[in-house]
Amino acid sequence: MSTQFPVTAAPSLQDEKPTAPLMRKKRVSGASRVEHWLYLAPALIVLIALLGYPLYQLINMSLYDYRQAQVSGSAPLVFTGLENYRILMGDPEFWTVLRDTVIFASACVVLTLLVGGALAVFASRLRPWVRTVLFAVSLGAWATPAVTGSAVWLFLFDSTQGLINKVLIGVGLSGFNDFSWTYEKWTAFGLVASEVVWCSFPFVMVTLYAGIQAVPTETIEAARLDGASLPRIFYSIMLPMLRPIVIIITIQSIIWNFKVFSQIYVMTNGGGIAGQNMVLNVYSYQQAFAASLYGLGSAIGVIMTLILLVVTLVYLRLLKRNGEVL
Amino acid sequence: MKFTRTLAVAALAAMALTSCAPPTSENAASSQDEATGTLRVWLFSEVNQDPKSKVVDDTIAAFEGKHKDVTVDVQYIPVDTRAEKFKAAFNDPSSAPDVAEFGNTDLASYVTAGGLSDMTADIEAWDEGKDLDPKVLETTAIDGKNYGVPWFVGVRALYYRTDLLKEAGVEVPKTLAEIETAARAIRTKNPDTLGISVGGASQFSAMPYLWAHGGSIAADNGGTFTSGLDSAESRAGITAYTNLVKDDICPPKTCAEFGGNASVQQFIAGQAAMTIGGDFNYKAVAESEFKDKFAVVPVPGLTAGSIAPAFAGGNNLGVFKSSKRHTLAADFVKELASKKNQQAMFDAMGNLPTFSDVQKSVAEDNAYVAPFIDTIAAGTNFVPITDTWSTIDAKGIFTGMYQQIVTGKADVETASADAAAAMNKIFEAK
Repeated sequence: MSTQFPVTAAPSLQDEKPTAPLMRKKRVSGASRVEHWLYLAPALIVLIALLGYPLYQLINMSLYDYRQAQVSGSAPLVFTGLENYRILMGDPEFWTVLRDTVIFASACVVLTLLVGGALAVFASRLRPWVRTVLFAVSLGAWATPAVTGSAVWLFLFDSTQGLINKVLIGVGLSGFNDFSWTYEKWTAFGLVASEVVWCSFPFVMVTLYAGIQAVPTETIEAARLDGASLPRIFYSIMLPMLRPIVIIITIQSIIWNFKVFSQIYVMTNGGGIAGQNMVLNVYSYQQAFAASLYGLGSAIGVIMTLILLVVTLVYLRLLKRNGEVL
Repeated sequence: MKFTRTLAVAALAAMALTSCAPPTSENAASSQDEATGTLRVWLFSEVNQDPKSKVVDDTIAAFEGKHKDVTVDVQYIPVDTRAEKFKAAFNDPSSAPDVAEFGNTDLASYVTAGGLSDMTADIEAWDEGKDLDPKVLETTAIDGKNYGVPWFVGVRALYYRTDLLKEAGVEVPKTLAEIETAARAIRTKNPDTLGISVGGASQFSAMPYLWAHGGSIAADNGGTFTSGLDSAESRAGITAYTNLVKDDICPPKTCAEFGGNASVQQFIAGQAAMTIGGDFNYKAVAESEFKDKFAVVPVPGLTAGSIAPAFAGGNNLGVFKSSKRHTLAADFVKELASKKNQQAMFDAMGNLPTFSDVQKSVAEDNAYVAPFIDTIAAGTNFVPITDTWSTIDAKGIFTGMYQQIVTGKADVETASADAAAAMNKIFEAK
């Protein structure tokens, strides 16, 4: 396909040339438009191959009764239209999982932003060597693979041998003797959420810290001379200037936390007692791979993609209305 | 503009042509039956690999000596990632082996996937085949056809600490009800010890309770299944088992999450007075610091002297449908699963043989396997032989039922009715 580019592109480039000086606008939509696409082509081809095709297959699979027997050719492949979606919509477990995922992900997003933001402000006021230590420590958390981090947290929060319970008992909270953090639904979610926040706040902190450093000191000095209080400086000057960064990290956090898999899978042993800690991504894995219901698993994947797309679009739209340009 | 449109149309056309349906592969039985060449074999890798490799290597040497121009290429694959490996082999037959070892609970889903070859004729023509334990051979059969040769069996029995039972003044339990009272007595005496370590997720410890009470997981009505979990007998079995996961025996906060391994680990760590463990756990227990203070008996039934039907776990050897050397592959399976080699595997690994006569002889020579062999002899049982069982298992419907009961989220009535309904839905969806 790529060999076609020059052939199609060259003549149109020639055609447009004479009219160029008079019709500037037209030139843009003609010759240089092709040029735009030419420049974009390598990236587009890579994107279509790596993102477009899998997404296409995901949607495609979700429209079939597609199980292991169909994949390996021992049963006929049947197009079932929206049947997989109908099954999902009629399954109360799906709705519970969806609700839990939304609550869990939202809590993770808010906590990550709060912790990361607070530490970023904190870091900008610290002595350089303290800041270096803080960053080095946080980067350690950031660099830890999710599975490793989850395993370490499980050790820390072990009901009998864990350090956390020992410390809590040590300070006189005897209720934590043999306290199981993974037994109750919401303590288990809380435990996983704290691990998720622990491994994702460094990104927020570093990014926001960079943003704070980029705020011109003159502006803040001017505000201070005008008699603005510290909170006022923060809300009226820092925050608006940091807004583009905040937008990006919020969207990224939403996407990341909505898609949490490893932490839940490792820390609650694949979804918790009687599946109480299931989130969408683990649910989709369970359906698609463990239970070999690839069609149904794909349908969950499509729904997740749609939800994230909508969330992102609505968020961008809201910001655009506020006159913000990314 | 025109170019963009052309590109878009071309891309769409390409997609439509290449794949208007998701990809599938062909797993038709090979029409070829070559007698020479390379025979590819997949076996599970073990924590302690050397003894297994030695038996297998000896078998290969003998097999290659008997068959001209044949080389056997063995690959050891990890048990944990077997699902991916086998699915990949079914999806791409050209990368599939000829012979493979697989867990007997996986058999039905592999057969439905069209991956395994019918071995009924091979077993019938095999002079040693008639001595295979019929109950165990049954676990390889779907619609009267056998899709594998049982290589070894695994059954669970009751492990107990002789010192702790003595200290609490209780006898070795002779019925299921006595297990509960003994366990409670021990924990009352020793509040830090689990009376019996069993778990909400250790399904193979729960099954003997279900079956001993006359219950069933599902009834096979000739190809279609109906869940039996909501019958009165099943409910009695579920109640008896979940009564063990109580604060005065095995507190749910600790035990609700236990699978089979975690339960046995508690026993090995000295935290439990009893557990339901497999013959495959024996070595680890015998190497623990309680090696002189434990004993094993079959899990008793409802009445003294009876034995609860155990789950017949174990692994089979089978031939892939896509193999171009079915006869040769089947010969290798028979060689590796022969009486001589099962005896060798028992000596090397402690794997229980699948031949009734070999089982008797190893039990006579090794006192410790007697409770397990007695359990097998008393009659074993199995999960429903249908590929839908792997879906039920993956969704955790069976274990989820026990976990809901022991955590107090649902009573036996509700949880068993829900589980039965969920299972029936999956059986019907087939």
